[in-house]
Amino acid sequence: MVNIKINGVDVSVEEGTTILKACRDNGVRIPTLCWLKDVNEIGACRICVVEMTGARSLVAACVYPISKFDEGKNILTHSPAVLESRRMTLQLLLSNHERKCLSCARSGHCELQALCRELGVDDELLFEGEKNHYEIDTSAVHMYRDNNKCINCRRCVAACGVTQGIGVIGANNRGFKTSIGCAFEMPLAETSCVSCGQCIAVCPTGALSEKDDTDKVWAALNDPEKVVIVQTAPAVRASLGEAFGYPMGTNVQGKLATSLKMLGFDHVFDTDFGADLTIMEESNELLERIQNKGVLPMITSCSPGWIRYCEAYYPEMIPNLSSCKSPQQMAGAMIKTYWAEQNKIDPKNIVVVSVMPCTAKKFEIGRNDQNAAGVPDVDVVITTRELVKMINRAGIRFNDLKDSEFEVPMGSGSGAAVIFGATGGVMEAALRTAVWKLTGENNDSPVEFTEVRGVKGIKLAEYTAGGVTVKVAVASGLANARELLEKVKSGEIDVQFIEIMACPGGCVNGGGQVIVPADVRNFTDIRAERAKALYGIDKENKIRKSHETDDIKSVYEYLEKPGSHKAHEYLHTTYKASGLVK
Amino acid sequence: MSSTQKVKVAFNGTAEQEKALRSMINEHKGQAGALMPILQKAQEIYGYLPIEVQEIISEETGIPLEKVYGVSTFYAQFSLYPKGKYRISVCLGTACYVKGSGDVFNELKKILGIEEGQCTSDGKFSLDACRCIGACGLAPVMTVNDDVYGKLTNDQLKGILDKYAD
Repeated sequence: MVNIKINGVDVSVEEGTTILKACRDNGVRIPTLCWLKDVNEIGACRICVVEMTGARSLVAACVYPISKFDEGKNILTHSPAVLESRRMTLQLLLSNHERKCLSCARSGHCELQALCRELGVDDELLFEGEKNHYEIDTSAVHMYRDNNKCINCRRCVAACGVTQGIGVIGANNRGFKTSIGCAFEMPLAETSCVSCGQCIAVCPTGALSEKDDTDKVWAALNDPEKVVIVQTAPAVRASLGEAFGYPMGTNVQGKLATSLKMLGFDHVFDTDFGADLTIMEESNELLERIQNKGVLPMITSCSPGWIRYCEAYYPEMIPNLSSCKSPQQMAGAMIKTYWAEQNKIDPKNIVVVSVMPCTAKKFEIGRNDQNAAGVPDVDVVITTRELVKMINRAGIRFNDLKDSEFEVPMGSGSGAAVIFGATGGVMEAALRTAVWKLTGENNDSPVEFTEVRGVKGIKLAEYTAGGVTVKVAVASGLANARELLEKVKSGEIDVQFIEIMACPGGCVNGGGQVIVPADVRNFTDIRAERAKALYGIDKENKIRKSHETDDIKSVYEYLEKPGSHKAHEYLHTTYKASGLVK
Repeated sequence: MSSTQKVKVAFNGTAEQEKALRSMINEHKGQAGALMPILQKAQEIYGYLPIEVQEIISEETGIPLEKVYGVSTFYAQFSLYPKGKYRISVCLGTACYVKGSGDVFNELKKILGIEEGQCTSDGKFSLDACRCIGACGLAPVMTVNDDVYGKLTNDQLKGILDKYAD
């Protein structure tokens, strides 16, 4: 332990602790812009500077490890020199920043804006000099990049290159001309970006944002010819509340359902139904592959970011992908076939809107072979963040809403379905049904498979039921997925079933969820906190296995059985190598 | 996206050059920090680092293309463009600059439609800036290959370029 002083107060910290963490642990928040715990510790932005006894200049708190040589030193975190330096840094950043805050997607949640307010830097007394002007890259389906608002912090570069191991964006050129972009300044859509949106989630400003599709939803809601149906993914209910002041990990399912009804959707369904359906098809496919010596390991196909990654980086593993559509697509397909037939509505007049924690879902709806009724299974995807915008624009006071239920059919989900939103959840849900089948459809078969839970990047487990041993692996975050796949390819890991989610921690930490500022992100495990909400819902659900819900039972009166010809036609899809620039 | 304009010059790499490139990269396999020497030697082989060359480097090393490009645009020693048949070099040294070589340089950019370090898409002219060539008495000065032009004014430029018609 090293004894130091923070603003004159004696504290004792473990050797190697950064000044930033030491201060945080002792009640002082030091602002940061570039620093992202574990992935972007580059000390570049100089916002976190502090004064330290004996140091010849201000030091960057984020990357300064306290050593025994610092014994007795005093750290000043808000001295005039510190605050003046931070202000100057902000003024310099603003001098080359497009200050169109009113029209900016991030206004109100912008870390740069918040810091300026905190430190009293405003539009007066700024430096006027040369400015860079960039074209906005709107090429991708799911997002845009506006470098006029970029502060070159490189958090997105770290999210893409380190967290996801992809690296289609990086810093180009040098000095004043430095800008974040793709190789040879090509548009993002021409690269093998997988649309995960992790770059957006970590961007401190409005430089990166999802494409806003809320106008399409408003237009549909205001069109009397259309039957507008909304479905919401499991993970949305675990994050939405944060935008309205609820603590991270609060389940707001009831208020979510009410807010969607208030917005004017004709029917409010739950993607949990699609998740249960996915389990029926996927567990059937797995057992078939095991019994008929099909291609193994089978890998889940719920995460469209992972699918794009596989198609670009591991095309040789496309045969390993489950042919199942994702839950959103399955739900959409059943709405426009089964439900439309039952309710005698022309699928052309149905608009299916999905609320998703995910930006890649915006890409997924335009994929080939995702149109069971001859029209797209899903018409519009909005992220959790875009739903927040709609709720606010409609003047709905979310916190004052009463809880309500999703509609049936397609509004009831099992506990297995809701845990899809957390890493290991799809695996556990599939195991619940697969083990039930393997044990001769014994209703007392196990429910909880805790080995596959938790935020670890790669998890391995083995289960034996009915004389069959199934070895499984779970990976979340694409850098972890790559590590796992390399081990599978080399034979170091031998499993039959793999769950892969593109985002670290799974959908709860998806690229479309409510933005968590670095100040919270760096000191909280978003993945674990939000997952708690989902496991809580599962625990309280009377039905915890997908095959037990009434909706699933009735839908299979229509589809006959899992893996039937009709099920294949409506609920399964195909993939192909993308050949895009890596 | 960068605000600099893109000029595409046809790539004329040979099979021998590609073979030399791949075997050179192989010598650096598994070596940490090998990207710099690889880029330097690749530029020796091709004279510049077009996307076709950087893609091979990315493919062979497993380093994302963007990272290869990022490094190649960070260092002034690397060029993304070949040198033209006629290499124009404008002196931006103190004496020439004071005498208006900056205007000459900008006018050439305008006439040729390229930025500093680039080459016209027909491969004819490339444009660079240099520092003092020891002809300060003739300021402002530029060279086209080995020909030196002094006491330049903007209105002379078109006429000079026309001399290199072939």
